[in-house]
Amino acid sequence: MKQDLSASIHKALENQNLAGILDRWNYPAMRAKAFEGIDFEALRGKIADIKGDAAGRLDELAETFKKNAEANGIKVYIARSAEEARQYIGNVCKEKGVKKIVKSKSMATEEIHLNHFLDEFGIKSDETDLGEWICQLAHQTPSHMVMPALHLTKEEISDLFAEETKQSLDNDIPKLVKVAREAIREKFFEADMGISGANIAIAETGTIITCTNEGNARLSTSLPKIHIALVGLEKLVPNYTDAAPILAALPRNATSQLITSYVQFISAPTLNDDGSMKEVHIVLMDNNRIKMSQDPKFKQALQCIRCAACLNVCPVYRLVTGHVFGDIYTGGIGTILTAWFNELKSAEDIQALCIGCDKCNQVCPGKIDISGLILELRHRAANKEGLPFIYKSSLQVINNRKVFHTMLRTASVLQKPFVKDGFIRHLPMFLSGLSEYRSLPSVAAKPFRDIFKTIKQPKCEEKAVFFAGCALDFVYPKTGEAIVSILNKAGIEVLFPEEQSCCGIPHWASGSFDMAADAAEHNIAPLLEGDPKYVVVSCGSCTTALKKEWTKILKEQHKDALIPQAEKIADRTYMFTELVDKLIKEKRLTPKEGVELHTLTYHDSCHAKRHVGIFKEPRDALSATGFQIKEMHECDTCCGMGGSYTVKQPEISMQMLKRKLQNIEETGAEFVSAECPGCLLQMAGGLDKTGSKIKVVHPAELMVDKFK
Amino acid sequence: MFESFKARAETSGNTEVKRFETTAQALGFIEAFIAQEEIKDEAGSYAVWADSSILKALDKNAMVAKFPGLHFDVTRELAKGAKIGITQLQWGLAETGSMAQDSTDVEQRLASALCWIHVAILPTSKIIADIPAFMTKMHPKDIKFMTLITGASKTADIERVLAIGVHGPERLVIVCVDDLELEGVAS
Repeated sequence: MKQDLSASIHKALENQNLAGILDRWNYPAMRAKAFEGIDFEALRGKIADIKGDAAGRLDELAETFKKNAEANGIKVYIARSAEEARQYIGNVCKEKGVKKIVKSKSMATEEIHLNHFLDEFGIKSDETDLGEWICQLAHQTPSHMVMPALHLTKEEISDLFAEETKQSLDNDIPKLVKVAREAIREKFFEADMGISGANIAIAETGTIITCTNEGNARLSTSLPKIHIALVGLEKLVPNYTDAAPILAALPRNATSQLITSYVQFISAPTLNDDGSMKEVHIVLMDNNRIKMSQDPKFKQALQCIRCAACLNVCPVYRLVTGHVFGDIYTGGIGTILTAWFNELKSAEDIQALCIGCDKCNQVCPGKIDISGLILELRHRAANKEGLPFIYKSSLQVINNRKVFHTMLRTASVLQKPFVKDGFIRHLPMFLSGLSEYRSLPSVAAKPFRDIFKTIKQPKCEEKAVFFAGCALDFVYPKTGEAIVSILNKAGIEVLFPEEQSCCGIPHWASGSFDMAADAAEHNIAPLLEGDPKYVVVSCGSCTTALKKEWTKILKEQHKDALIPQAEKIADRTYMFTELVDKLIKEKRLTPKEGVELHTLTYHDSCHAKRHVGIFKEPRDALSATGFQIKEMHECDTCCGMGGSYTVKQPEISMQMLKRKLQNIEETGAEFVSAECPGCLLQMAGGLDKTGSKIKVVHPAELMVDKFK
Repeated sequence: MFESFKARAETSGNTEVKRFETTAQALGFIEAFIAQEEIKDEAGSYAVWADSSILKALDKNAMVAKFPGLHFDVTRELAKGAKIGITQLQWGLAETGSMAQDSTDVEQRLASALCWIHVAILPTSKIIADIPAFMTKMHPKDIKFMTLITGASKTADIERVLAIGVHGPERLVIVCVDDLELEGVAS
């Protein structure tokens, strides 16, 4: 990671304005209310179909749009590059003697740095959207695609307005808005040209649609005699009715409104109020969008409708803002667009900020696999540039089971001076940052693989292979013992193949797909030994690897011969609580009666909740065994662990943890549980540092003595 | 349909919905409203009234005589100085409390976009369900410029605090008229 990124993260974390605003907004709840009575999955299915089809024929739709809009009297220009778009607009200005321009909000004009270009021509281009105007006065780029000036406080904005309008102002927001109205109003009347973007472009009618709330787009398209709209090719849809689902999803997702105040459909020039005919130009801009549509992986990114929901739900964006997480386009989708519209190089640092929690994918109205595409960027960067040496060597070590496990065993001896009650609370010198906000767990004296050999199990017909995962094996061996004990009670004998090693998720998450495939390959044969009925995993991330990613990654790496076995494993894999819930419901496990009740709050690991959809089962199993669930705020928001993320982005990780700890504390529960050793490690370490009374315990250890 | 339209519209930001059985009653309300808002023939206090089918039932000269600040010829300068802008809309959308405007004539846009208070006249019989229904009624093939208007102009660009009346009207008064444009409307 570059020093400047690290410094800007630090600066952003110190300025908590944006984070505070997004928290007070409570976007998830407001969004849910806006979608009441609407089947979001069906709606986004429609949008993905329409935009996916359009993305496959952008050139054809652009030609259709051009033909139809020109028949209506609009001048249409298809610009292949940012430079062509700028030149076209510059030429119209020159021809018509344009001196003053009013602009309504358009990310496409930001993409091509249009204001800067016009400025060099001596043309004054004034932003009229309140947020954009504030950014223009502050000489800053937008930090959010929908609400550009969200990073600034009312005090800062008041100062900017006072300087611009030469008057002293207080910090009252409605008053500040009126100051802007007055300051900008005259500009609409003086301008020779209005520039807008578009939210949708309809090919069959040559129509552009703009959705706005303030009313500035109405004025900038009606008062000046020339209107130019700059429209990215991805805004094209074939038919008029294709706009309906987009108009339903966009405002609900963007601002939790049912509809924006004004939705304009412009299909032809109309008369100005002096009787002259308005001149309307539409610039359809490619700027690498066609190239993107030809990439089988990234084509889906053109299904984006620029609602910025992926920013609003992103736990990293919410902490550091778009000035760190993004460039012109910000947040998750912004990282992808930056890579294509600028270049891969400039997205390289940014992509490292994604923790891969998948929250964005849940709300994307275009059904884009945003986190998957960011991972693909990481993969391509790693392929091109190679991973940093130290990081690559450590991944290689993990893949060499004997070396890796020997290292872990050695660590259990070397860590001794720092360990107290199973935690490492202080590390010396350069490692101290790792234990600043969170104590680290110590490596167990004896790994589960050694303990397993000493466990006496009943002989049973039904077998389950236990895939422990590294953390459970070497840090939390007691959890493994609890799992064996509970499964034995259900009449299942547990097998533990010694050859098992890392599931490959760390490699996958760092974009090293080849090493992830090697990890899968190493594990497949051992896990199928003895033809077990179940493969039991007790870690959300490892579960994801076995249930989903191994088949995908083997296909991706052309190891087709292994796929049938990987599919067999996927079919038999259960997350531990998922299996316990099933066994309780099948009456093969019977909870004890009359046990003392306890309160518990449950944290959903990102992988368990969003990659494999397991969140109800652990709650049902824990409830059945005497734990009353007290849900915490944002129970499924990432704890900040993210595997190696906590090492690569320690500052962000710790801020995420702080929020998680606060949400846990507020429940007042006795226990917090999660089925992921990584999350448990993060939360336990954090609660240890704050001296909390809340105990962090894996579900298996909570339930071990609760069955008959 | 009217009730859900009214409920949605009135939660869309500084919007009131009135309903009158007859055109005469609606015109009476608008006249009283103009008087109440102290419309005068000076910039900042004008009222502009863009061409509407309801005007067939109004004696324009008598109104102008009563309110010298009321103008039926909407220019950009008059609209700029208007406290009230009066226009008639084509359709109401119950799902969102929106109204559809044929905006081809720039006067309709100036009168509804530049004023402080937009008085929107809507035939009650023209309230339909939602955007897909609107799309069956108004088509860009036939209409050069259309606008869906919902509530007053608003922003949340400063600290996500809602503020009303940024570049457009800060108040929307919807006047639904039961007996207006009943011809040809299926009940």
